[in-house]
Amino acid sequence: MTKLKDWLIAAAVLVLGRGDPPAREPEERIVAAGDPDRRAENVVLLLFLLATLAGAAFIVVYALDRLSNQTQWLGLSIGAAFALLALACTVIARRLVVTEEIAEPYPEESEDAQQEIEQIVEESGSRFTRKRLVTVAGAGALGTIGAALLVPAASLGPLFHTGELYRVPWRRGRRLVDESGRALTAADIEEETFYTAYPEGADRELIGAPIVVVRLPLSEIRDRKDWAPRGIVAYSKICTHAGCAVALYRKPTFAAVEPRPALVCPCHYSTFDPARGGAVLFGPAGRPLPQLPLEIDRNGHLRAAGTFSGPVGPGWWGVRMGKARS
Amino acid sequence: MIRRLVRFLDQRTGTAPLLKKTLRYVFPDHWSFLLGEVALYCFILLVLTGIYLTFFFDDSVAQMTYHGSYTPLDGATVSHAYASVLHISLDVKAGLLIRQTHHWAANVFVAAIVLHVLRIFFTGAFRKPRDLTYLIGVGMLMLALLEGYAGYSLADDLLSGMGLAIGYSVAMSVPFVGANLANLIWDGPFPGSSSFWPRLFIVHVLVLPVLIGGLLALHLVLVASRHHTQFKRTARETERHVVGIPAFPGQAPRSIGLMLWVFAVLFLLGGLVQINPVWLWGPYHVGDGTNGAQPDWYLGWLIGALRLVPGFDLTIGHYTLVPNPFWGGVLFPGLVFGVLILWPWLERKVTGDDAFHNLLERPRDNPWRTAVGVAIVTWVFLIFFSGSADRVDVLLGIDYATQIWVYRVAIWVVPIVALFLTKRVCDELVAGERRH
Repeated sequence: MTKLKDWLIAAAVLVLGRGDPPAREPEERIVAAGDPDRRAENVVLLLFLLATLAGAAFIVVYALDRLSNQTQWLGLSIGAAFALLALACTVIARRLVVTEEIAEPYPEESEDAQQEIEQIVEESGSRFTRKRLVTVAGAGALGTIGAALLVPAASLGPLFHTGELYRVPWRRGRRLVDESGRALTAADIEEETFYTAYPEGADRELIGAPIVVVRLPLSEIRDRKDWAPRGIVAYSKICTHAGCAVALYRKPTFAAVEPRPALVCPCHYSTFDPARGGAVLFGPAGRPLPQLPLEIDRNGHLRAAGTFSGPVGPGWWGVRMGKARS
Repeated sequence: MIRRLVRFLDQRTGTAPLLKKTLRYVFPDHWSFLLGEVALYCFILLVLTGIYLTFFFDDSVAQMTYHGSYTPLDGATVSHAYASVLHISLDVKAGLLIRQTHHWAANVFVAAIVLHVLRIFFTGAFRKPRDLTYLIGVGMLMLALLEGYAGYSLADDLLSGMGLAIGYSVAMSVPFVGANLANLIWDGPFPGSSSFWPRLFIVHVLVLPVLIGGLLALHLVLVASRHHTQFKRTARETERHVVGIPAFPGQAPRSIGLMLWVFAVLFLLGGLVQINPVWLWGPYHVGDGTNGAQPDWYLGWLIGALRLVPGFDLTIGHYTLVPNPFWGGVLFPGLVFGVLILWPWLERKVTGDDAFHNLLERPRDNPWRTAVGVAIVTWVFLIFFSGSADRVDVLLGIDYATQIWVYRVAIWVVPIVALFLTKRVCDELVAGERRH
């Protein structure tokens, strides 16, 4: 028993002891001397202890199942652990570490070495008689190899096949279906609201697939009246500015003072006029929204009467020269 | 103990003299010198949290029907990529903490770099012999913007899809080669083939981080080899002598402490402040869009520019040369980064000052540089704020179109006012000091 007591005391002395025996002071210090600060030391010890507890709390929180707000508790505990440790470092930096200011010369350029390097390089080439020619030939070889190594990058995509950009899944007779695949009828389309439609049986993840359908009073349609049976107009849903989906419909609640109905893109607020063939009313778009001509079949279903009035989606060099095609 | 460790190292590497020099490397002291360090620590945390996220992320956009723990989306058609981000966020223990911390760290990372560049600019720290260091820094800023964009595009949620559509349009708008360029990157027309997503992923987790890491190493080596700049506070600081605290013991606890503070703040943000809740945005499909879409803050200046440009394409007759997104998406950032990159050489040309500069200038000491810098910053920030005009419309009811017209004028007028005002303030400050 007494032996155990001795061990415990020895351990306690080791752990809590007044630190190491004073080290031999070298004749001349490198780091400036300073007085001890026991209070700051105690604060640091306390902070280390708290950081340990916070770190342990993270482990406990992690181990718990079905804890509500677990993410918040995890963030709080690990954040607190780091914050406490950071605080300890700050106390060490401000109170415990010797503060000293030292000076050092800035590095300067080594003109001798510069000159010697130049000399070495020049003398090394002294056996060449046509240095320039050799350099040009070497650079040509290297440059060509470099270009050759870049060429396989062309396999990344259909580099020159930009014609695909005009392709759309709409053609004459294609029925309009809604998000769930149900065919839309003219009777489904009401005024003052906004419908998204897709070509029946086609891939919806093509830029040319989604269209917006709105209904205006027939008297308000100014352009392409024959494309708008019963005042129902359809436009590509992809903004001609930057390719976002035109997902907003500005519908006047008091028409006397408010601007006309408009299709608006939420990305950069390009605003298109559904009554005038998708002309740009405001915003950065440089081209009108391509219009899709509609017709109503015997069953009342809406069908495309042709393809878009222009290329769909964002523009590129020469975009307007081509036509949307199916 | 220390002696044994050092002996072990020195006998095997011969680095004791270098180590000794490193311990006594001089750090001049000023709070603003810490901004670059904050960026460094963000980068470290980004790499660590990012590695964790890759263990769960699936880079496939093959579509599947979602039946995961987020019931509002039950039965929705989503990509494997999007489903895996939902899984990380909602099912993986600590997954949301790590993902949100990663996202916050990215935001703070870019913010710290921007502030660091501003500090370097306005104190003239970019001058010889540190112009190369500066250039590498600007390069890292550009890469960081791309890296952030690639990162939040990966989630394949509604917002990231809209962001990619815009990026695609900007690529398409590049004169002459735009369509070819976009075809290469996306492997066909938007939204691209199934190989686009693995490309985006590898660019985000390997190509850009390695580039940033490499430049970062070079940046630090150059900083250390030329030593830090310093302000002239006393007669001791000169162009030939650097004065400050040694790396060890003075600077070490400060730097480690700063790193821990950065980690603490980022983890607290990651745990307590929600960021990019992708489950609310839903999956992206080409025909879907939402109102109030805003990117991460560091792309706000580009959104603003894209929105402010009046609606025109450059055309000859019916032949489109340059589509509209080019102006805000390529020309504007090209101008800003062009000025940033060329500035050290422009300034040298104008002033004819080819000397070495180790002492920093206070902004007021170089009124013209400060004035031009403030004008450019004002220009960029006005354009940045114009990107939030739609939110101001919703929150304060100020008409969107009216705001845009005000901004279209203000971005040219206010910077000029700021230029002369700043020049005047600098001159007055210097004159005030002379009187005392």
